[in-house]
Amino acid sequence: MQRRLPVFAALALALAAAAPTAAAQTFAITNAHIVTPGPVGEVENGTVIVRDGRIAAAGSGVAVPTGMRTIDARGAMVTPGLIAVNTALGLLEVSSVDGSVDNKTHNSGISASFDVQYGLNPASTLIPIARLGGVTHAVVMPDYDDSEKERELPFAGKAALISLGEGANILHRPGVGMMLELGEDGAARVGGSRAAEFVQLRQIFDLARQAPRDEYPFELSQADIAALKPVLAGTMPLIVVVHRAADIQQVLKLARDYRLKIILSGAEEAWRVADEIAAARVPVLINPTSNIPSNFDMLGASLQNASILKAAGVEIAIGGNDAGHRVREMRYNAGLAVSRGLPYAAGIEALTLAPARIFGVADQMGSIAAGKAADIVIWDGDPLEPLTQPTAIFIAGKEQPMTSRATELGKRYMR
Amino acid sequence: MTYLPSDNNPSPRGHRLARALLLGTGLALLAGCSAAASSARPADAPPPPAAPAAAVPEPFASTYAPRPSADTAIVGASILTGTGTRIDNGTVLMAAGKIVAVGADIAVPAGARVIDGRGKWVTPGIIDAHSHLGVFAAPGVQGHADGNENIDPYTAHVWAEHSIWPQDPVFTKARAGGVTSLLILPGSANLFGGRGVSVKNVPAVTVQQMKFPGAPYTLKMACGENPKGRYGSRGRAPATRMGEVAGFRRAWIDAAEYGRKVDAYEKKRARGEAGEAPKRDLGLETLAGVLKGDILVQNHCYRADEMAVMLDVGHEFGYKTRAFHHAVEAYKIADLLAKEDVCVATWATRWGFKMEAYDAIEENAAILTKAGVCVAIHSDEQRLVQRLNVESAVALAAGRRAGIDIPQEEAIKWITLNPAKMMGVADRTGSLEPGKMADVVLWSKNPFSVYAIAEKVFIDGALILDTSDPATRYRSDFEIGQPVGEE
Repeated sequence: MQRRLPVFAALALALAAAAPTAAAQTFAITNAHIVTPGPVGEVENGTVIVRDGRIAAAGSGVAVPTGMRTIDARGAMVTPGLIAVNTALGLLEVSSVDGSVDNKTHNSGISASFDVQYGLNPASTLIPIARLGGVTHAVVMPDYDDSEKERELPFAGKAALISLGEGANILHRPGVGMMLELGEDGAARVGGSRAAEFVQLRQIFDLARQAPRDEYPFELSQADIAALKPVLAGTMPLIVVVHRAADIQQVLKLARDYRLKIILSGAEEAWRVADEIAAARVPVLINPTSNIPSNFDMLGASLQNASILKAAGVEIAIGGNDAGHRVREMRYNAGLAVSRGLPYAAGIEALTLAPARIFGVADQMGSIAAGKAADIVIWDGDPLEPLTQPTAIFIAGKEQPMTSRATELGKRYMR
Repeated sequence: MTYLPSDNNPSPRGHRLARALLLGTGLALLAGCSAAASSARPADAPPPPAAPAAAVPEPFASTYAPRPSADTAIVGASILTGTGTRIDNGTVLMAAGKIVAVGADIAVPAGARVIDGRGKWVTPGIIDAHSHLGVFAAPGVQGHADGNENIDPYTAHVWAEHSIWPQDPVFTKARAGGVTSLLILPGSANLFGGRGVSVKNVPAVTVQQMKFPGAPYTLKMACGENPKGRYGSRGRAPATRMGEVAGFRRAWIDAAEYGRKVDAYEKKRARGEAGEAPKRDLGLETLAGVLKGDILVQNHCYRADEMAVMLDVGHEFGYKTRAFHHAVEAYKIADLLAKEDVCVATWATRWGFKMEAYDAIEENAAILTKAGVCVAIHSDEQRLVQRLNVESAVALAAGRRAGIDIPQEEAIKWITLNPAKMMGVADRTGSLEPGKMADVVLWSKNPFSVYAIAEKVFIDGALILDTSDPATRYRSDFEIGQPVGEE
């Protein structure tokens, strides 16, 4: 699993020579060690046929059409592109520079209606850096700006799915979820107690179900109420950041009462109520390395969270180590979960098909399968290992540059 | 490729100045008492010449005692010795808490406990040269925020060890990642953050029980955005980088003067002359200790240009920087750092959280290592300290991608021998060499694999963590009775 392939310099040249037309997105990858969730599964010596940016066929015994450009993977591992969750990619450049951060607002008039799709910056240097970690898509989520202490702010706003492919339009799908943080930090925004928080949430959902009014309590605007309509209709998932087991149980009850489609995020103590989460068919976005009892909401934080949840039948997606700069580490986090008992295939799935399913795009991405976009990464080893690097990355069949601002800086100073 | 030789401090360096001053004031008090009691000697008579410094106990002295240990041989493992060597199918022999022998053909003495290391890997105990465990303890509540005395930029007088909470549950988690020693530093809000302390990562109730015996003290300094951001926003100096450098220089001028006064007094005393001991100043005492070379400078500094300026500050006042910490732009001045013999403690993955971290690259450690700089991969955080081996693998892979292939037997020094050197304890730990502390980790796999688990962790020869023995699964007092999960 630790083979390194010098072949891709030649590959890059071959592809760079081709014009950026649809023809460039038609090729075959041969001698591929395919590792993908879905029916294709693991194929030691397989072939992937890409036509016009889509996967036309994949597996063993797939014939390469005569004259089709061929990339010989020489046995290297080939996986679907990784789909990051819990990110602010495209909304963030330097964390401490407010003017370069667009994933949150302290505007009291915008809560649920906050919409990340309007703040995206395709030129962000974070995008190529995440991409060099094999990340081809990301769920971009709003966060809270707590600098306005008096602000009552239940919802952070609407998330979007973006492509990390080179180009001017990175928005793949807006409105893939509504962000809500509960627990200690969420309670702090609505008066300091979760006992108040759940009462207020129920009040807001009841109001949103009723006929429109001129004014709403809790600093909610008409736009905010309108933004909650798809959540109450069950067409937009409510992404709930929550940590403590007891809070998770309250969220599950809230979801039952209002028939909400929910996704748990953070969920450090989810392992303690894994069976209940599984029974509710609620997926969970986690960082398996989050095992610090950072506050009284997550005293039970454990490296075993991922494996226990998976064993209970919970769908999990694994994220990186922050919202932007360290998204590329998501694959190591999956590796860590595997070292603590998560089956290897589940580790790969938690980076690819699971997030695609959770955010409703599994028909388009997340696995190497005929009909899906050719979001493909070729690796020089096991992608969950830090010693491994991608050697070629395709997004919708388009080969991506293997450079970033960081690699360019390194090159400048190396002799 | 050249690599810096390992640090070989001849002896544990204490803070001689502090001891000398304590001695002086202590004797003065004693003289006063005895004068009142018996007038054995005129009160204005010069005190007798200084007794050997060792006769006076150091303040807050280490009470660390190695746990009981059995003589142990790990056999059949692949060994990364921390000295630049890899031994396959080798044996590590530990006895009486020390490394006795390491090699391929080591006879195991009768009576030694034998651990089958076949298919596994052995490294020295992992060392984190930049930690805030205990001073920013978990849970991260206000009541635990003890790492930054951030009401004044000049707090060389505070000591991190007076903030360390030994019950911080993250010490245990770090141990599960193979971490056997750490340098605990104050935070970076201040130009002079205070003294750092080296600890052995053992369960303890008092900080003295953790203190690395005989380790030199260190001084945390910080340049760049943190101090100027903290104080400039409050309408006081330093508000700029130039204000920071001016602040450093003024402080060193004061420290030099203080040192001269203390030295003059000591010389008088040594000659048997009368003289009044200068009033102790805890902050200047620490800075003067740096100027004497007893206290090691650990300088938080991100940008290349700032590190170059700080090196010149050191030249101006005659102190040496032991290590630049974080130093994400060190790759831009690799040759300068090699020439100045300054170590770098850095990450592979963290970047972009502020302007001075914007140019961080994963290749930093590899570029510096190739240039001959002593490099450590450090954590500075609670999750990363548990997998410094994985962070090192990221740095290795980035180097390879850029055409710099650092061998694993060299890269393991990033988290073993080199941090030990930065802490001034490389003569005692950090590598598997006879006579050194038996701080040893047995890994389930190659430690540069994300799947590697530290199965057995030895500290001074004692098996302090064994994943096959639940009895070694320590919980801090804080975790008792709480719904905690597995490591």
